[in-house]
Amino acid sequence: MKAVCWNGANDVRVQSVPDPTILNPRDAIIKITSTAICGSDLHIYGGYIPTVQQGDIIGHEFMGEVVEVGKGVNNLKIGDRVVVPSTIGCGNCHYCQGDMWSLCDNSNPNGWIQEKLFGNITSAIYGYSHMLGGYAGAQAEYIRVPFADVGVVKVPPDLPDEMLLFISDAIPTGYMGAELCDIQPGDTVAVWGCGAVGQFAMISAYMMGAEKVIGIDRFPERLEMAKKFAKAEVINYEEVNAGEALKEMTGGRGPDACIDAVGLEAHGVGLEDFYDQTKQKLKLETDRPHVLREMMVACRKGGTLSIMGVYGGFVDKIPLGAAFNKGLTFRMGQMHGQKYMHSLLQMILDGKLDPSFVVTHQLPLEQAPHAYNIFQQKKDNCIKVVLKP
Amino acid sequence: MTSTSGNKQSTSQTEASEVERWASLIGGGAMVLMGLRQGSLRGALTALAGGGLVYQGATKQSTIQKAQEVIGINQPIKVEKTVTINKSAEELYRFWHDFENLPTFMKHLKSVKVHNEKRSHWIANAPLDNTVEWDADILEDRENEFISWASVEGADIDNSGFVRFKKAPGDRGTEVKVVLEYNPPGGALAATVAKLFGEEPEQQIGDELRRFKMLMEAGEISTTEGQTSGRK
Repeated sequence: MKAVCWNGANDVRVQSVPDPTILNPRDAIIKITSTAICGSDLHIYGGYIPTVQQGDIIGHEFMGEVVEVGKGVNNLKIGDRVVVPSTIGCGNCHYCQGDMWSLCDNSNPNGWIQEKLFGNITSAIYGYSHMLGGYAGAQAEYIRVPFADVGVVKVPPDLPDEMLLFISDAIPTGYMGAELCDIQPGDTVAVWGCGAVGQFAMISAYMMGAEKVIGIDRFPERLEMAKKFAKAEVINYEEVNAGEALKEMTGGRGPDACIDAVGLEAHGVGLEDFYDQTKQKLKLETDRPHVLREMMVACRKGGTLSIMGVYGGFVDKIPLGAAFNKGLTFRMGQMHGQKYMHSLLQMILDGKLDPSFVVTHQLPLEQAPHAYNIFQQKKDNCIKVVLKP
Repeated sequence: MTSTSGNKQSTSQTEASEVERWASLIGGGAMVLMGLRQGSLRGALTALAGGGLVYQGATKQSTIQKAQEVIGINQPIKVEKTVTINKSAEELYRFWHDFENLPTFMKHLKSVKVHNEKRSHWIANAPLDNTVEWDADILEDRENEFISWASVEGADIDNSGFVRFKKAPGDRGTEVKVVLEYNPPGGALAATVAKLFGEEPEQQIGDELRRFKMLMEAGEISTTEGQTSGRK
């Protein structure tokens, strides 16, 4: 089959690889009909995620059709149309049973790497480094789905892929980002990053009772999308100082909650950005925490920071004094897709949510290298690419 | 918690603290390894099985080890690891008690054959397609709580171990603690034994316990071995 393989920083290639096979009883093989490039795939593409190896198939946002099931999978049959959550959960451990699927104890066969680095093991994610399981990813014609009897969501045949695909990852990530803010009626929520996850975080914040939502980005097309679809007020941080603008827009208080939908490749302005970029290039810090710093200073006293952008390792120069003295709450984590997917699907079926607006590009799988390039460089107003195997 | 230690010998401990450690060992075995810094696991387990403070085994072992240390022969490999498994102690004890199940998640074991309720024969994989073998006897067996074992005379590698099952607080299942000790006999075989667990014995034991947990909780051991990739 054809698959998108990582061959080094900023080098992905579409290669011929063997078809996946059933390796465990609870596996299924899915023929992929749509697979998206997630913003966090750009961290891999850019070479920022450790333990990605040459030849790894990447991608974790996907849907398709069941073509084979292991003997331990009794609730799926060949021909079922399914969406699969990007994080892999066993469904049996303490965490999965507590609906904290991305903290699964059992899905990561390379847990020892994480245990050394993080002190504990979290769930595996498709195509997202060997530290996070080393499973082959979804930007391919077929994929092996472990623990397919749990988490996988069957979807009806009559809606297009673009309506359903994003319950795999981007929508539950945004939704969880808003949920972690514990939004009270009347709250103002600021969202850093107006990519797909940021858009869904803003929409979700309104659903949960926010009175005002503010989107922060530097690309006009993303800010336009935030205004049009998420009904957000927007700040272009390259045009105005985001911190001052937020103060001004919140009566001097600061937002009640701040959502990071950017992660470790955040861009800032000025000296601080130069500092992070330099340290990251010298491998003196792994992540650029620009958004984290800005949120800690901008947030109102007693407010909440919700971190959904991916961080992988170590950050530097964090204004903990601000966070401590202002009594901020930090909440974060990989999304627990399996917890949210069914209710999100229902919202789509009920006509309350149409996520297809985020798709700016639909390309054949063969054009993955081009797709990565335009997404990374934000060329051609690229916000979300769906690849068609 | 994991610790591996070259078994540093010391005679500075008082008799009273030894007794205290033995008491705590017999009382539930919570901090066994702490009590083993001075003695051998086998001595401790033998004493435990005997139900008294029979320290002879341990002290005898100590002397040998002290001599080995002086002449620079390999130190024992001693590993301690605990994992919490979302299953009842009964279920976990039952699976473990059939030692023939152990190689399904302990990759360093090739096979275990149970001869009778006390004795079993173990074959471990060694580098270069070699194997090492030994007979082991169960020393103590408390249903749903504790199993200890040790190799008998004539083993390729003198070794011993125990597993303890303890209800975890709240609704979290069972805390499974394993302590293993391998005493290389010295000479050519010592090097083989050193490689038996690779360079990271605690990591290997950790991986094995994680596989035990996967098998018990998820019914299968998660793997990416044999999957497709674009590697050349």
